[in-house]
Amino acid sequence: MALSDKDRIFTNLYGMQHWGLEAARKRGNWDGTKDIILKGRDWIIEEVKNSGLRGRGGAGFPTGMKWSFMPKQASDRPHYLVVNSDESEPGTCKDRDILRHDPHTLIEGCLIAGVAMGANAGYIYVRGEYYNEHLVLQAAIDEAYAAGLIGRNACGTGFDFDLYVHRGAGAYICGEETALIESLEGKKGMPRLKPPFPAAVGLYGCPSTVNNVETIAVVPTILRRGGAWFAGFGRPRNSGTKIFCIQGHVNKPCNVEEEMSIPMRELIEKHAGGVRGGWDNLLAVIPGGSSTPMLPKSICDDVLMDFDALRDHKTGLGTAGVIVMDKSTDLIKAIARLSKFYKHESCGQCTPCREGMGWVGRMMDRMVEGRAEVAEIDVLEQVTRQIEGHTICALADGGVWPVQGLIRHFRPMMEERIAAYKARSAGAAPVALAAE
Amino acid sequence: MTAHGHAEPTSFAFDDESNAAIEKIVARYPAGKQASAVIPLLYIVQRQMKRQTDSAWVPRVGMDAVAARLGMAPIRVYEVATFYFMFNTKPIGRFHLQVCGTTPCWLRGSDAVMKACKDAGHLSGYGDTSADGLFTMTEVECLGGCVNAPILQVDDDYYEDMDYESTVKLIEALKRGERPKPGSVIGRQTSAPVGGPTTLLDVAGE
Repeated sequence: MALSDKDRIFTNLYGMQHWGLEAARKRGNWDGTKDIILKGRDWIIEEVKNSGLRGRGGAGFPTGMKWSFMPKQASDRPHYLVVNSDESEPGTCKDRDILRHDPHTLIEGCLIAGVAMGANAGYIYVRGEYYNEHLVLQAAIDEAYAAGLIGRNACGTGFDFDLYVHRGAGAYICGEETALIESLEGKKGMPRLKPPFPAAVGLYGCPSTVNNVETIAVVPTILRRGGAWFAGFGRPRNSGTKIFCIQGHVNKPCNVEEEMSIPMRELIEKHAGGVRGGWDNLLAVIPGGSSTPMLPKSICDDVLMDFDALRDHKTGLGTAGVIVMDKSTDLIKAIARLSKFYKHESCGQCTPCREGMGWVGRMMDRMVEGRAEVAEIDVLEQVTRQIEGHTICALADGGVWPVQGLIRHFRPMMEERIAAYKARSAGAAPVALAAE
Repeated sequence: MTAHGHAEPTSFAFDDESNAAIEKIVARYPAGKQASAVIPLLYIVQRQMKRQTDSAWVPRVGMDAVAARLGMAPIRVYEVATFYFMFNTKPIGRFHLQVCGTTPCWLRGSDAVMKACKDAGHLSGYGDTSADGLFTMTEVECLGGCVNAPILQVDDDYYEDMDYESTVKLIEALKRGERPKPGSVIGRQTSAPVGGPTTLLDVAGE
C-alpha cells in the first residue's frame, strides 16, 4: 500500500506553496496547538511513545523514551531543547527542505517538544552552508513570535518558549550531539565523553535534549492525528513516514516522503524514475547516508527500507540518503572519496580516528590504483575493526563501515584491480605491506 | 601585502552595521554565556571585510576584536576560527567558488564542474585565486543538497544540477557582474523529480 497524500506530513516539501505562516496554517500547521499543550507533558510523551517514532537523524533512538530522560522536577538549572540541523552526512538533504519550505512544522514541533521536556528555550543549530535556508527559518520564527505562537505565553497556554537559530560553520562533527553542544557554547566541535548524557549535563551544564529536525517536525501532526495513526505505517518497531533522498545514478533524483518499510526497488522506481539504464544496470546502493555500508544488487532486489531490515544486512537506515550506483561506477573510488571525507572531518581528538582515517584513506587510494597486495585487503579490514568502537564518538565507526561494506561485498573487484596493476607493472618493486 | 592585493590589516574595528548585528546576536544567549556568539561574530568580521575590501576573510586582528567584544582569551577565538572550515583565514577572490567533491556529487559529475571552474575562471586548481582577483576555488565536503547534485556554491548561494556548460555559463555571468538566480539550473522545482513530483499532487498548486 502506497502512502497517500492525505497521510503526508510535509505537504510543502518541494516549496510549491509559500513557507509563511498564512499558507502553513492552511496546510494544517498550528491547528489546535494550545489544546495539545494543555494536555500536558506526560500525555505528549506517552503519545509520542505510542507512535513508535524513532529519531530521524541516523541512530533511530525512540524519541518518546529520549524525552522521558529529562528531569521531571524543576530545579535552578533551566532545561534546553537543541535541534540538530547540522545535516552533513553525505547523501542527506531532507532537513534542508523542512527548513526552507515547511519551517512551521519545525517551529510548532519545537514548542511542543519544549513543553514535553520542560524547556523554555530552544536552539536550532543550522549548518553554516545553509545560509539561505536559515534566513527563511528565522523569518518564520519571527512570524511565530509576532502571532503569539511562541515567546511569552505561547499560544495562550501560559507557557513561555523562546526559540533561536544558531549557525554552524562547516564541520561534519558538529552533527554529533555533544560536539554540537560544545560548538553552541562557542568552542571547537569536539565530542564529550558520555556519561554524563546531555539529559543530565548538556548545554551550559543544564539538562538538554538534542533531536534531529525531521524528528521534531513530525511531532505536531502525530499528536493531532494520534500515535496510532503514525504507528500504522511501516512494520512494527519501524513506524511512520520518512523523507528519503534518492540520488546518484537514477533517472530523476528527488526527495520524497514515503511509508517506512517500503521496498528499496519500489522507492527508486516509483519516485526517482528508476536506475539509469534499468534495474539490471544496478551495481550497489548505499542505503542510508555515507556511513551505512553498501549493498550489492542481489540484496537491493527485495530489501525493505527500514531500521531492522537494513540492520539484518549489516547496514542501516541511517538518514535515509539512498545513494544509487550503476555498473559504470568505480566503487573502490567512490568509497575512497568517502574515506577522504572522514579524514577531512575528524576532529582529531581520539588517536584511532585522527590517525586511522588518514591511514585508511591512503590505503584506499592504493586500492583504487590496485597498487597493493591481496593480503593487504585483510590488513585493511582488520585495522578498521581496531578503529571501530575505540573512539569517543561514532565518526570513526561511520568512517570505516563503508570500507567494510566494500570488502564484504566486492572483495573480488579489489583483487582484480590488484591483479591488473601487477600485470601492468611487472617487475616493479613491490610496495611494503600496509605502507602508506 | 598578501596575495592579490589584499594587505593584512593592522587594525580592525566593527562598523555600525556590524555593531547593530552583534547587539542582536549576543541577546540570544544567557547572561554570562556570550562565548556562544563567537561563530556568529566571526561571520560578522568576514562579512565586514567583504564590504570593506571585497574579500571575505577573517584577519587575525578581526579575531582579536571578537575576543575583546566577548571577553574571551584571543587563543579561544583563534582555535575556533581555524577549526571551522567556513572561515577564510587568508584573503580570497571576489567570488568564492566552492565545488562539492564528495561521493554523491562525484557520481553526478563534479569533476566536470571543477574543470569548468578551472577553465572559465583561469584557476590552476583547488586553493588557487585567479590573477584578476575575481575567483577563489575551494573543494568542499558534502553541501547537503545531494538530490540536486552536482552543486557549486558561490559565496552563500547553491547552484544545482550543474554540468560543464552550465558552470562555464555561470562563471561568465559573474564576470559580467550578473548574479544568476540560485537553485536548479535545469529548471527543476527544488528537490522534486525532473518533470514534476510523483507525490503531493492533491495539494500542489493550491
